[in-house]
Amino acid sequence: MKRTVRSAALIISAVAVSLGAAACGGPPDKDSGSDTKASSATSAKDLGGMDALVKAAKKEGQLNVIALPPTWANYGKIIDAFEDKYDIKINSAQPDAASQDEINAANTLKGTKRAPDVFDLGQSVALANTSMFAPYKVATFDSIPEEFKDPDGTWVNDYGGFMSIGFDTTKVPEVTGIDDLLGSEFKGKVALNGDPTQAGAAFSGVVMASIANGGSADDIAPGVSYFEKLKKAGNFLPVDPTPATIESGQTPVVIDWDYTNAAETAKLPSWKVVVPEGAAVGGYYYQAINKDAPHPAAARLWQEFLYSDEGQNLYLGGGARPVRADAMKADGTLDEALYAKLPEVQGDPVLLTEEQTKTAADYLSKNWSKVAG
Amino acid sequence: MSRRVRRLAPALGLVPFFGYLTIFLLIPTGAVVVGAFVEQDRASLSNIRALGDEVVLRTLWHSVVLSAESAVVGAVLGGLLAYAVVTGRPDGLLRRSVTSACGVLAQFGGVTLAFAFIATLGFSGVVTEAGRDLLGIDLFGSGWLFGLKGLTLVYTYFQIPLMVIVFLPSLDGMRVQWREAAESLGASTWQFWRYIAGPLLLPAFLGSTLLLFANAFAAYATAAALVSQGSPILPLLIRNALTSEIVLGQSHLAFALALDMIVVVVIVMTLYALLLRRTSRWLR
Repeated sequence: MKRTVRSAALIISAVAVSLGAAACGGPPDKDSGSDTKASSATSAKDLGGMDALVKAAKKEGQLNVIALPPTWANYGKIIDAFEDKYDIKINSAQPDAASQDEINAANTLKGTKRAPDVFDLGQSVALANTSMFAPYKVATFDSIPEEFKDPDGTWVNDYGGFMSIGFDTTKVPEVTGIDDLLGSEFKGKVALNGDPTQAGAAFSGVVMASIANGGSADDIAPGVSYFEKLKKAGNFLPVDPTPATIESGQTPVVIDWDYTNAAETAKLPSWKVVVPEGAAVGGYYYQAINKDAPHPAAARLWQEFLYSDEGQNLYLGGGARPVRADAMKADGTLDEALYAKLPEVQGDPVLLTEEQTKTAADYLSKNWSKVAG
Repeated sequence: MSRRVRRLAPALGLVPFFGYLTIFLLIPTGAVVVGAFVEQDRASLSNIRALGDEVVLRTLWHSVVLSAESAVVGAVLGGLLAYAVVTGRPDGLLRRSVTSACGVLAQFGGVTLAFAFIATLGFSGVVTEAGRDLLGIDLFGSGWLFGLKGLTLVYTYFQIPLMVIVFLPSLDGMRVQWREAAESLGASTWQFWRYIAGPLLLPAFLGSTLLLFANAFAAYATAAALVSQGSPILPLLIRNALTSEIVLGQSHLAFALALDMIVVVVIVMTLYALLLRRTSRWLR
């Protein structure tokens, strides 16, 4: 009864998640987290400057990251660049995991050497777990706009983008707006990146559809009925798009963040990305350091790297909008050639507040099953 | 060695089994039951109440329908196949190949099976492409494979061979002499099946169907690999409650959902045990 065993495994993992550290955490490792100075440092100055931070991080020699897909916001290259620059080995766990998985992993592995050092989270998960983060201000903290950071540096937005429609021009006609997708040429071809009751990207896709159809950040009902229509027309493809499904032609139209869609244009020249006019839904990810990071100095150095000009331009290389873009533009350190390649955005971008996200999530969890069955 | 110790000695061999049972069945079950009645570290009925929610009830219904459909189809087709095997020579090629194939296929589940179906019937699957090129029909449609209908088909794939495996011993237990006795007393084939074979095999058949039901009800990996939109069945709803980054703080709802599943499986397995007791009286 292999399948019964599998369901048992599912239940066990449920137990493990809830019992968390109590049940599964091993004894704390002596050789990690011993540098208490690093784990309480709120800036590089606390450690005696950048050089001291680099030295401490090199001594730790490792960094645990989780849920960073190599094709997402250029994380593959960012990880390589960091490893090369500081000679610190990055252990990248579960690249395809969701934000909540990052928090679950941190709880389950708390106190062990394998716990994630840093998080890259979606909005709701990040704001619900701020007690797990260590406040830290990177050297470039002041050049990050106020609305994109916690004043103490408990979390800082790292990169963002807009909801977009990616499509293969060899398989479907030109797309300009979301309503085009209701046409008969799109039968069984429109995929959404994930289940909106589960994944942030898909959730924002529904918000985008809502705004394009007369809804607002406070009212996403039109978005749900849009997808109902899409489903009724037989156009909604219930497949999780990945680079593999896009390149093999299984998902000819994908609703996803513009940076993940844009990453595909490099590999598939016929792939185009549009941010629908008047329905620009923005979203920023949240970067934070695990309070119980086994490699506290390396975790802090990673932040310094991500918010340095080099790190921010690397995000840009993956089609994501770095949070310091405006300041870097003013300083002339922004890679203008890459910046010019970002899809055009027209109209006022919509960014959901925590409250709006919650209301929308409630509505979705009750109503999305009408669409997905 | 005293007599008492000697009497207990064989039971010692069962210790690893009971240890295993405790760690992987009793403790998790206990944790699920306790967890279902807790919310924010306090005793609460809110999660149990949430089981009456429209979405949960609909998902439970889907799970039951999916399990029942795949179990009945699997039982009928598997039963016929098993009968065909039994009428052949006991050591014949047919029997040997079918039983060993079933042994493998009944365990061919999970992600591999899901991908096998995607490669066959998915958007650019082999059969889909052939249907498009040769017959001009679109088998893929709007992606039915990735919803409940697809799950029913894929589950049936491992239900049929499982049925053959669990039902074959009962068919084997039928004695040729019974048939001969019936015939020598002037019974027709219909009468033999109606009054002898039917009543004898029915409990075993129903029992096997229930086993298939439980098997489908608890299956997770196949569905998880296939369905990415929505959570049409309970195991996927549990996944959603645990990993959602949109609707947070539902881990205890997951316990309650798991409890829901345990209750259904316990009912089914009790019925199975009762039916098994009836059959074993005859087929000794």
